[in-house]
Amino acid sequence: MFSLEGITTAVQDWLFIKFNPTLALAMECIIVILLAITLFAGLGLVLVLMERKVAARIQIRLGPNRVGPGGMFQTVADTLKLIMKEGLTPDSADKFLFNLAPFIVMMVAMLLLAPIAFAKNFQIWDINIGVLYISAISSLSVIGILMAGWASNNKYSLLGAMRSGAQIVSYELSAGLAVLTIVVLTGSLQLSEIIAAQQNGWWIFKGHIPAVIAFVIFIIAVTAETNRAPFDLAEAESELTAGFHTEYSGMKFALFFLAEYINIFIVCAIGATLFLGGWMPLHIGSWEAFNHIMDYIPSSVWFMGKTFFLIFVIMWFRWTFPRLRIDQLLNLEWKYLLPISLLNLLLVAVIAILGWHF
Amino acid sequence: MYNQTEIIKDTTNLGPEGELIINMGPQHPATHGVLHLVVTLNGETIKKIEPHLGYIHRSIEKMCESLTYRQFIYVTSRMDYLSSHINNLGCALLIEKGMQIEVPERAKYIRVILSELTRIASHELWLGAMAMDLGAFTPFFYTFREREMITEIMEETCGARLTMNYIVPGGLMYDIHPDFQKKVKAFIKQFKEKVTEFEDLVTNNIIFQSRTKGIGILTAEDAISFGCTGPVARASGVSCDIRKLYPYDVYDKVEFDEVIETAGDSFARYIVRVKEMNQSIRIIEQLIDCIPEGDFVGKTKNVLKLPKGEFYTRVETARGELGVFVVSEGGANPYRIKFRSPGFSNLSALNHMAAGSKIGDLMATMGTLDLVIPDIDR
Repeated sequence: MFSLEGITTAVQDWLFIKFNPTLALAMECIIVILLAITLFAGLGLVLVLMERKVAARIQIRLGPNRVGPGGMFQTVADTLKLIMKEGLTPDSADKFLFNLAPFIVMMVAMLLLAPIAFAKNFQIWDINIGVLYISAISSLSVIGILMAGWASNNKYSLLGAMRSGAQIVSYELSAGLAVLTIVVLTGSLQLSEIIAAQQNGWWIFKGHIPAVIAFVIFIIAVTAETNRAPFDLAEAESELTAGFHTEYSGMKFALFFLAEYINIFIVCAIGATLFLGGWMPLHIGSWEAFNHIMDYIPSSVWFMGKTFFLIFVIMWFRWTFPRLRIDQLLNLEWKYLLPISLLNLLLVAVIAILGWHF
Repeated sequence: MYNQTEIIKDTTNLGPEGELIINMGPQHPATHGVLHLVVTLNGETIKKIEPHLGYIHRSIEKMCESLTYRQFIYVTSRMDYLSSHINNLGCALLIEKGMQIEVPERAKYIRVILSELTRIASHELWLGAMAMDLGAFTPFFYTFREREMITEIMEETCGARLTMNYIVPGGLMYDIHPDFQKKVKAFIKQFKEKVTEFEDLVTNNIIFQSRTKGIGILTAEDAISFGCTGPVARASGVSCDIRKLYPYDVYDKVEFDEVIETAGDSFARYIVRVKEMNQSIRIIEQLIDCIPEGDFVGKTKNVLKLPKGEFYTRVETARGELGVFVVSEGGANPYRIKFRSPGFSNLSALNHMAAGSKIGDLMATMGTLDLVIPDIDR
């Protein structure tokens, strides 16, 4: 009903009328970049505060409540502190790689933002191989982490980076296979088509039990991929002090920190898009009145609601579970999740061919 | 190969190929203090652990020699600060034994109740800290909620929350607060309600169980030969509860079970401590309603002088057996004092328990040893 579509098309039309096509495209790029950076900063602030508030709620305490109403500006104050801190580079570190690593991690997070549909027709780049693009780019972040661990010339960092490498590369498989089930059901890699296919019901409801299994595996795998507890072995502060970012301080540390939250947002957004229908409102079969009311809720609210629900679930994991050990982590992936996802994919293929889904 | 005082310039020939030496500590989140572990790793696998001590050595034993028998008790609060009341009790028992001082029944009852409260507080803190070692932050806050009630009782009774200094030779420094019984009962009620939360959050958690079961195994023979005491030895099936074997104060009048597990792994040590908290509650419940009226301190001379000779007492702290050994020349000060601290012996078993396991297991093993570094270093 209410949609951001009008604004985007109006801006685009106006630009193309006023300027020649190349200039208009360049200006569009600049606008998108500015918006993306603003979104990043906003997300960082909101998610860090949300994490602290969720943690506080779970841990029977109040959380930040001094800076601003309800501690709203706590993250702003923290960021200011981190900006003003000195960004130390250890003497024995590989200076170039050491300083490059946080930017690579951050850039990967930024690139992943491109194909995500934030609302109806509000998407930066509706690439036709969207899912493939996401899988390909998200596996790049391990390079930044390995680089940080290796260049720091710190034994804890090295161990953390090694763990992270083993972990991300392993869990990439399950995440990919879980995503593939939806691709098989939809028959398209394009995110907008995947969302459009969920018009009459989200895949988690339409895809029977295999979709639910894929969803659970996806959530587990992305929790591991983003190095979140209970899979935060790369950081593991009680074992490796801070893992791969032990040596980082100031804004360089903040970039790792921010990238973690942006990554959480992005994987949850992908989960919401693939399994929970993206910006599609909740429709139940032939309940016309109900469906109509649901349509009145803006699509951006639907998308953000679903995404933040998944983010909350991942935060909930972190503050509930102890950490796994590295061999248990890899056992879980290679002995359980991977065979289950392969079987699940086979099952989904059968369902898709026979057209058993709704 | 490795010397603490020597600065190694050439790092090319340090040990065999593929070995990595990591200094865990003196500042490390999992050592809970200034313990320094030199860990030799091969990848993620631990080959050897070498604890280096002395970072918080305050020469308490030497200090005690220049203090009188009334004074030296309070220095011991700073040894194992989580069971400071029990440390004080051990020293007071020694003086009372040496000088044949009669302790009033009231004082004995209160001492035991406070000892058990201290034990619960210590185990609560351990539970939270251990869960934190394994990466779960939340249990820490839940255990501290109950621990806070105990420290409040302590604050009201002794005027201090951590280093109680409540015991004098012959009894107690002053009488309990009028609200003492009421508050302790309130605590027992809350503890019994909330102890299930730990079961849900920690004990029955599959990740916690897989992290602790079969990890850091210590057999009964090894436990005895390393001199382990307390929950660490009891989890290996060694009966070593001083409260049962050599009862002091009124422990012979109360009914409680010595918790013994036989698995000897980290999970068994965890279970022993959780069950011990329940036994402590049982002891307090038996005593709290029948604290006899009367004096809270017996009659003693102003200047205490132990007769010439050697004296030894032992008490069961939250971590195990604390031995107090005093050599007296008959003067107002002890000639020589030696404490047998439980943490030191328990730490000595660490290399045996954790060698060959992963780094994550080291945290699970070290966490269940319940190390308090000032107790080890003194």
